[in-house]
Amino acid sequence: MNHTRPSGPVQVEVLVVGAGPAGLSAAAELRRLGAGPVLVADREPEPGGIPRHSWHTGYGLRDRHRLLTGPAYARALADAALAAGAEIRPGTTVTALAPAGSGIGHEVRGPLPPSIGGGGPQTPDRGGHTATMTSARGIETVHAAAVLLVTGCRERPRPARLVPGDRPTGVMTTAELQQRVYLGGERLAGRAVVVGAEHVSFSAAMTLAHSGARVVALVTEHERQQSYAAFRLGAALRWRIPVWAGCAIRRVVGRGQLAGVEVADVRTGSARFIPCQTVVFTGDWIPDHELARTAGLDMDPGTRGPAVDTMLQTSAAGVFAAGNLVHAAETADIAAVSGRHAARQIAAALDARARGRGPEPTRLPVRAEPPLRWISPNAIAARAGPPAPPLGRFVLRSWEFRRLARLQVIQDGRVLFRSRPVRLIPARPVHLGASWLSRADLAGGPVHVQLRG
Amino acid sequence: MTDAEVRPADVVIIGAGVVGTAIARTLAGYSLDCVLADAAADVGTGTSKANTAILHTGFDAKPGSLEARLLRRGSELLRSYAAAAGIPVERTGALLVAWTPEQSAALPAIADNARRNGYHAVRPVAAAELYAREPSLGPGAVAALEIPDESIICPWTTPLAFATEAVSAGVRLLLGTSVTGVAPSGDGWHQLATTRGPLRCRWVVNAAGLGADVIDRMFGGGGGFTVRPRRGELIVFDKLARPLLSSILLPVPTARTKGVLVAPTVYGNVLLGPTAENVSDRGDLGTTAAGLRSLLDAGQRIVPRLVEEEITSSYAGLRAATEHPDYQIYADAGRRYACAGGIRSTGLSASLGIAEHVVSLLESAGLALRPRVTGLSGVFGLSGPLGVSGHSGVFGTPPVMAYIGEAGVRPYQDAGRIAADPAYGQIVCHCERVTLGEIRDAMASPLPPADLGGLRRRTRAMNGRCQGFYCAAAVSRLFASSGRADLPRAAVAVPT
Repeated sequence: MNHTRPSGPVQVEVLVVGAGPAGLSAAAELRRLGAGPVLVADREPEPGGIPRHSWHTGYGLRDRHRLLTGPAYARALADAALAAGAEIRPGTTVTALAPAGSGIGHEVRGPLPPSIGGGGPQTPDRGGHTATMTSARGIETVHAAAVLLVTGCRERPRPARLVPGDRPTGVMTTAELQQRVYLGGERLAGRAVVVGAEHVSFSAAMTLAHSGARVVALVTEHERQQSYAAFRLGAALRWRIPVWAGCAIRRVVGRGQLAGVEVADVRTGSARFIPCQTVVFTGDWIPDHELARTAGLDMDPGTRGPAVDTMLQTSAAGVFAAGNLVHAAETADIAAVSGRHAARQIAAALDARARGRGPEPTRLPVRAEPPLRWISPNAIAARAGPPAPPLGRFVLRSWEFRRLARLQVIQDGRVLFRSRPVRLIPARPVHLGASWLSRADLAGGPVHVQLRG
Repeated sequence: MTDAEVRPADVVIIGAGVVGTAIARTLAGYSLDCVLADAAADVGTGTSKANTAILHTGFDAKPGSLEARLLRRGSELLRSYAAAAGIPVERTGALLVAWTPEQSAALPAIADNARRNGYHAVRPVAAAELYAREPSLGPGAVAALEIPDESIICPWTTPLAFATEAVSAGVRLLLGTSVTGVAPSGDGWHQLATTRGPLRCRWVVNAAGLGADVIDRMFGGGGGFTVRPRRGELIVFDKLARPLLSSILLPVPTARTKGVLVAPTVYGNVLLGPTAENVSDRGDLGTTAAGLRSLLDAGQRIVPRLVEEEITSSYAGLRAATEHPDYQIYADAGRRYACAGGIRSTGLSASLGIAEHVVSLLESAGLALRPRVTGLSGVFGLSGPLGVSGHSGVFGTPPVMAYIGEAGVRPYQDAGRIAADPAYGQIVCHCERVTLGEIRDAMASPLPPADLGGLRRRTRAMNGRCQGFYCAAAVSRLFASSGRADLPRAAVAVPT
């Protein structure tokens, strides 16, 4: 069953899947570095990703060195990519990805996903990957020498958090809220409860306030909020929004329309009913990894995104991943920087391939140990003078709060690095410099990142 | 109500679930003026929409019971009906897995039970073959039975197809119409009191599901049953879990319950459930922390890797169980009334068999059945009573429904359809890959959705892993504009 158009595959040098901050930045950078045709496919009707509907300021600090609102930032990134000569195709969904020559010029259907490097007859000399895209133009096949996956991340919705109770309307995530309010012009009345107390939770509270709802509280299971003190203070002063720490939503109540939520104290179990018309589940990010998984890429159990090395290359040579697909969720400017980093590595890899240089580097895994939740990138490209990760640092997440934590990097029982004391806050990034990369034995065992003592 | 709605009817069917709609489309094959009434704003919103979505063979029914007979007949009819109507069905087969020597010892009796129900394809499967077929199965399974014809089906398209067929054949569908009482009649007419005014009719069919006992008491209570709702909670796992199994994985049933199963869905997800808990509140569709926890524990044992995958959704359904172990179906000629109650957990599979049976009871009770000679969906050559029971479910051409399964070709995969209409290439709901064209079609269908839930059941929009993170706002806007305002193509002709 081949639904492709008879016109034959679209040939590009790099296919970028996702036109958010990472994808648009990568496309612009690739063109700046002299790459051939770069096609950016995005399934939404407009490029820009999440910032499109995030109308507060604070975007662009680290990549564009000025402060913009989300939509302005999204436009600036798209304009830059177009100006650099990249083609952006919104309203275009990449439904399948496989190595070129694997016999997959169309989406493979059936219970098992196509596996990279396995299955059908290979045409090794051709290289690259083949993707299938659906849009109003039809079903097209794209052949690309390299592919960058930048599909971003989403907030876990209520069912995935196993919050029991009824299934009324009025239960949503921050992204749905912001699209309703900022893209759809909806007004929300009545009382609202925000689940979570990290950056995005305060953003949701602001959106609710703008839309006409009264935010009763931010509810977090953690012992305290996890955003900047300034956000917390601002919310408290301007909108009088309290943060209820150590509390969890026990039950959603309402037949048809939301009537309220049952909020319980995590330690004592004592619960009370909070009447409200809206409840917004914020944060708790998960990468949008469907394409990465159905393409058969190795996944990192910590980030739940594709495992990537310091070049941001995945387990499939020629397929790279960046942005919040590999670190859900960092701020948009960090995603953009990650995209640029991937672009440089892709350009270098294409250049190396053009010169007929040796085999692809092997990878040395880097693993975060509890209470560290994940580390990204989670492997080292094992070649002489291993490339540093984006911004010269690894980013980590912790499950727990710690005041004076010291990180250490260990390989085969040998300490490669010990950090100065750092503060661990769940949902907030912790950074680990990459100066120790030169001390790692590229032929040795996995590298472990852990807390000292 | 409009004049057309209050016009006296030959038959009023109370309840537009899968059983009521099946009865309506079966009666629509005859020259009768029928009304199908439901308290809800859409068809199939009760037990019909929240179940395990399995098309049973009836291998495990009690031999000799009415349920066993109608299940066997109904499931046969539904298989061919579904194929014609475009209702998603996948014949995955089931493996009934024994985890202990005691359970293993019970397998031959289950196989024997199946044969007594006239189902002979059940086959014992040794542990080695079981694990070869289901490599993700948890450790400790000792043996299994294969039931190759157990299938999965779309529980939403099924009543919609029945209702669409019925409405196309002239059945008047009264939604948002709750029957509150019946006035004493001596003139050959029933006068039903409803929340939307009185309704006069010659005959009444009770297919009210969870409310069937209440309606039955209005007509003398001849059924002598009380609905005792049994809640079943279920968890839907992400599509990325789908490769973990190929068949429906059934447990060895106990005296009380059929137990927790793991099954693929026709939408490409994996279903885990149900729990079984008697509840007093007929509207209590809430999930519970204890219920979900017990399901995850069971899932962890059956397919350990399943619980590592993301959960897409969880829901609860209420089975319309009664104090009796069998269906409660009878007709009362004196009262010109038939009752299809106590349809516990097999109503979807048995629906067309139940409908055929109810219609034959109505005829025996004196309802004159004259085949409809012409009709919007009727095919003359197939009309009319057939077969020994007097009536076949096959009287017309099923409507062709929008296909929302994963096994066939969806619009976004169909280059020809997109070329003819680019709206089928514009994906709005990314997780489920629902296109603008499909949403537009649903809004313009003979039975358009009354709310977003109805749109979800017709298209799968917003049913995916993100639960609306990406598309809920856009889908809501499309719904509010009847799927028309933002469309690239002009208004679609609506068949009236």
